[in-house]
Amino acid sequence: MSDKRLGTQTIKLENPPSIVATASIVGPKEGQGPLKLYFDEIIEDELWGEKSWEKAESKLMRETLAKILSKAGKSPGEINYIIAGDLLNQCIAANFGLRESEIPFLGIFGACSTIGEAMGIGAMLIDGGFADHVVSITSSHFCSAEKQFRFPLELGSQRPPTAQWTVTGAGGVLLSKQGTGPYITHVTIGKIVDLGIKDSNNMGAAMAPAAADTILRHFKDTGLSPDSYDLILTGDLGSLGKRICAEMLEAQGYPILDHYNDCGLMIFDREKQDPHSGGSGCGCSATAFAGFVYAEMTKGSLKNVLFVPTGALLSPTSTQQGESIPCIAHAVSISTSISS
Amino acid sequence: MQKNFTKEDYRKYVEQISPKSKVLRNVVRAFIIGGLICIVGQFITNLLTALGLKKDELSSITTIIMIFLGAILTGLNIYDELGRYAGAGSIVPITGFANSIVSPAMEFKSEGYVTGVGAKMFVIAGPVIVYGVAASVVVGILYYLIK
Amino acid sequence: MQSTFMTYLGAFIVGGTLCAAGQVLIDKTKLTVARILVIFVTAGAVLTALGVYQKIVDIGGAGATIPLTGFGYSLARGAFRDVDQYGLLGAFTGGVKATAAGITAAIFFGYTISVAFTPKAKR
Repeated sequence: MSDKRLGTQTIKLENPPSIVATASIVGPKEGQGPLKLYFDEIIEDELWGEKSWEKAESKLMRETLAKILSKAGKSPGEINYIIAGDLLNQCIAANFGLRESEIPFLGIFGACSTIGEAMGIGAMLIDGGFADHVVSITSSHFCSAEKQFRFPLELGSQRPPTAQWTVTGAGGVLLSKQGTGPYITHVTIGKIVDLGIKDSNNMGAAMAPAAADTILRHFKDTGLSPDSYDLILTGDLGSLGKRICAEMLEAQGYPILDHYNDCGLMIFDREKQDPHSGGSGCGCSATAFAGFVYAEMTKGSLKNVLFVPTGALLSPTSTQQGESIPCIAHAVSISTSISS
Repeated sequence: MQKNFTKEDYRKYVEQISPKSKVLRNVVRAFIIGGLICIVGQFITNLLTALGLKKDELSSITTIIMIFLGAILTGLNIYDELGRYAGAGSIVPITGFANSIVSPAMEFKSEGYVTGVGAKMFVIAGPVIVYGVAASVVVGILYYLIK
Repeated sequence: MQSTFMTYLGAFIVGGTLCAAGQVLIDKTKLTVARILVIFVTAGAVLTALGVYQKIVDIGGAGATIPLTGFGYSLARGAFRDVDQYGLLGAFTGGVKATAAGITAAIFFGYTISVAFTPKAKR
């Protein structure tokens, strides 16, 4: 077995890559939410001068990359790989948004967990000696996601209270071999978990077992405990999914509630903004991380974070065929120091 | 993890703890808005009757006006807000039928006027026409046989 | 005057009840909107064939014809009328003939409005 592996699913990075820059751009609704001060840019309307929602989402992706590069003072030629994904069919936001980037491109799909997958792969590429600088970036857009997964925007329909609200936004990180932290120390790649939930308006309940499975695996593989972290942050479980995830872990002997939050609950004000169960989408955990978590870690108010983006791997076709929802979560362990 | 929960157990558990729709509140809203839309329809019918229209023309013209109202309110980005409040109260009336035709047509305009607007117009309302017309043929044939 | 008031009251109560029934279906069964519309139009046609819906129309007026069950009612009634006139052929002509105005209006206004207006994001 490789000496970089721990337990069954976790990788311990020998030379932990550093997160040297992040950027986030969000839509107007997110820009009124509790995290508004953490975002680099808030666009004024969802089309952002483009002709379609899909083109606007591509622009989010493109402009976020530009911001990351300018913040880090890097040129595209210095980046070895860009790993990106989104929710649209064939990942067109990433493919089209990054087509002029002139950076070797790896397109991935992990639904709303994509940023975790992208950061995990990026960290492994760097630790493996295959790259010095990798950008990981994901996006989602409320309007393009509604169009693809639900109903036309102008259709007068109600959402049930368990439904979630897709975040309009893109967030990304630049990982480098050299840097002063925060560092990615461990990556736990999740398994696909499906406990048979079929209701695409209740993604939190569908995804919670996948999140709990990955977090549990992470603790067992590394020997760490919930107290090892200041913050355990799942992607977009929403209020119901967060509760289920915490209960499942507690039943396994890992009470996490003291250090636990969910990006989907942080990004919107549930009282005032009516996102129902919470935010969701690839952009939800990506912007919350690139905005809030990174800022707090560089300030030093958060030292050890377990970032666990969650994804529901469904498509409109699978839902229509009556399939249940397979889900996934990847855990990325981030620390401001690498003393251990 | 998965071993502790069978799918059946988990489904029951989720059902139990999921927040429920506020059914009573939603039903009252649907009743009031739906009823009001029908009053508008009745008002138009009465108005046309006063203008001296014949009974056959009456219902057709009322329908055309109601569909126009549903379509224009959709275009003006109002019908979706109404629907968020009223639920079935604005889905079930014929204005909702118009909404279900106009909204995808608007949404898919970015895919062009033929493959977008033309093709997607009936993604939601198409089944209504399919099943409605098919049902009318079936009951028509039965009526012919029994008569 | 009294009778006008009663017509409006009938329309409000019958129309409201049909919509409330739809809402119960949405909240209790998690049926999608498209399925509920299909159920309503088919139920309207069947209830018309059973002779029930005419009675509802007599009480509710527009309250019974404006909801989608009324679309089913028009379809079925058209089929019966044409069967009376042309025999079996009428089963194939009557429904669409009776609802031609509604379907054509939906297509025509649907097209023109969607060309004229663009969707706006919800917030």
